Amino acid sequence: MFAQQLVNGVLLGATYALFALGFTLMFGVLRVINLTYGCYFSVGAFLALFAVRLAGMSIWTALPAAAVGTGVIAIVVDWLLLTRLRRVGAPELSSLMVTLGAALAIYAAGTALLGPDIRRLPPGLVKGLPMIVGGVFITPTQILILGATGLIVGLLVWLIRFTRVGLAIRAVAEKPDAAGLMGVDTARAAMLVSFVSGALGGAAGVLIGLNFNAIQPYMGEEMMLRGFIVVIVGGLGDIRGALLAGLLLGVVEVFTAGYIASGLKEAVSFLILVAVLWTRPAGLFGRATAQRA
Amino acid sequence: MFDDLFFTYQNLIYALGINGLLALAMYVVLSVGQLSLGQAAFAGLGAYSGALMSKWLALPFWVVLPASTIVPVCFALAIGVPTLRLSGVYLAIATIGLGEVLRAVYLNTDDLLGTEFFGGPMGLSGIPQRADVALIYGVLLGAIIVLWLVGRSGIGRAMAAMEQDELAARVLGVRVGRVKMAALVASAVLAGLAGSLGAHVSSFIGPNEYGFQPAVAILSYALLGGIGTPLGPVVGAAVLTLLPELLRGAADLKGVFNGAIIVLVVLFLPRGLLPFRLRRRAA
Repeated sequence: MFAQQLVNGVLLGATYALFALGFTLMFGVLRVINLTYGCYFSVGAFLALFAVRLAGMSIWTALPAAAVGTGVIAIVVDWLLLTRLRRVGAPELSSLMVTLGAALAIYAAGTALLGPDIRRLPPGLVKGLPMIVGGVFITPTQILILGATGLIVGLLVWLIRFTRVGLAIRAVAEKPDAAGLMGVDTARAAMLVSFVSGALGGAAGVLIGLNFNAIQPYMGEEMMLRGFIVVIVGGLGDIRGALLAGLLLGVVEVFTAGYIASGLKEAVSFLILVAVLWTRPAGLFGRATAQRA
Repeated sequence: MFDDLFFTYQNLIYALGINGLLALAMYVVLSVGQLSLGQAAFAGLGAYSGALMSKWLALPFWVVLPASTIVPVCFALAIGVPTLRLSGVYLAIATIGLGEVLRAVYLNTDDLLGTEFFGGPMGLSGIPQRADVALIYGVLLGAIIVLWLVGRSGIGRAMAAMEQDELAARVLGVRVGRVKMAALVASAVLAGLAGSLGAHVSSFIGPNEYGFQPAVAILSYALLGGIGTPLGPVVGAAVLTLLPELLRGAADLKGVFNGAIIVLVVLFLPRGLLPFRLRRRAA
């Protein structure tokens, strides 16, 4: 029972980490709390649903297609909403409010177009029998989720740490003006970060959609609560922190649901958020610099 | 004739006053340069705590209404103390989170404890009708007057300075932390009053009335009206409450509308519909 809960928690946490990575990357590099980020989660899940249902694609092609599609949408949204504010050097509150308004408009439009009902992926999308390892059930869907998350995180770390564009992204995160003077194309780096973040959010949406087999327009808005908790507990802009905090949150949620009550998992997670804000505002691992007022 | 008219538009008239109060709750925080999305959550806390006091303790309304602000203020303190010493994004994030969590709490607590307090997804019904138009608009008028007077005083000058440049205000001796905390508490009080008044005219409240969508709608009221004077947000609330009623069939698209207003106003009309500022005597 304990081992089973732990496995479920780690798997759930892996998707939380994946989701929060895009959010924290966006903040770390672009210095913007982009609240449309939750929309990418819903968009990714719906793109995959349509790819599977309407285009008859398998999950192996639908997942990357949905991620890329969401990434492109993220570039467009960022360009429409934030280029103007970035140019005039508007205060951080403005970008927060713009993306908040856009998020509401996108969710409401999505609900008006697609309806509020929960939709499901067709059964048998991931074939195979559950494995039993030491008394712990692991379904093929869970293996897919873990494999995909590991692969995506590996790719991201490789991109950021070992490539030229990664170097450019890190330079922009450090000091955008100086990076621009050193010949880094900052606009292109910003675009790339938007794409990568959107793709991460979209992929997380597909995987959570698979995990719970429930897809509806407002799912991203509920997910944002987890995103907030993970990025603050991990430290705003801290990629390693987001990974660890994501896993931690997944395990905490599953254990709260299993041993206390499932209705309490949001409240327990939120208590963790408030406790971290009180005691360690730079994140549990203390690597991010807390933005003091 | 007038009675008929009143009866038909009764709910709209209540909504205009209550949304005006909520817009003022947003105005107080915005006018010190902070963004809190907790107003809907505070209103929900005021509504639920007020309704429970009326239903189970059968307290008179003149006790219930002020007491409805206690719970929202406690939550404002618990969230404000740790976040207000950090940059503005932390308060915004924590308050959006608060709304989500409270919704889950209203939905699940009864199942968990086997009680019948919050009514779960069905909401809380049978709340006695204690508030009326006169009371709602009286509170609204009182709030406008108080905020106007505070805005014209030295505190108002300090608030305006903080909104423009927090560091400069601090250098000039403004106790930035205290003013921010006071603004957040005032916001919780106004929102708590609005929530409690709303609960005591509609006899029913549900967990979804205080979620993400209303929270953002309140921001759109304040931004559309402009935060130069307390009247701006109230006008913004009136416009955005009436508009969906006038455009038939637009009720479904209310969220799209509120969201788009925020985007357009921030990008193209940063001072809102009423761009005037409070007049202050030269110091």
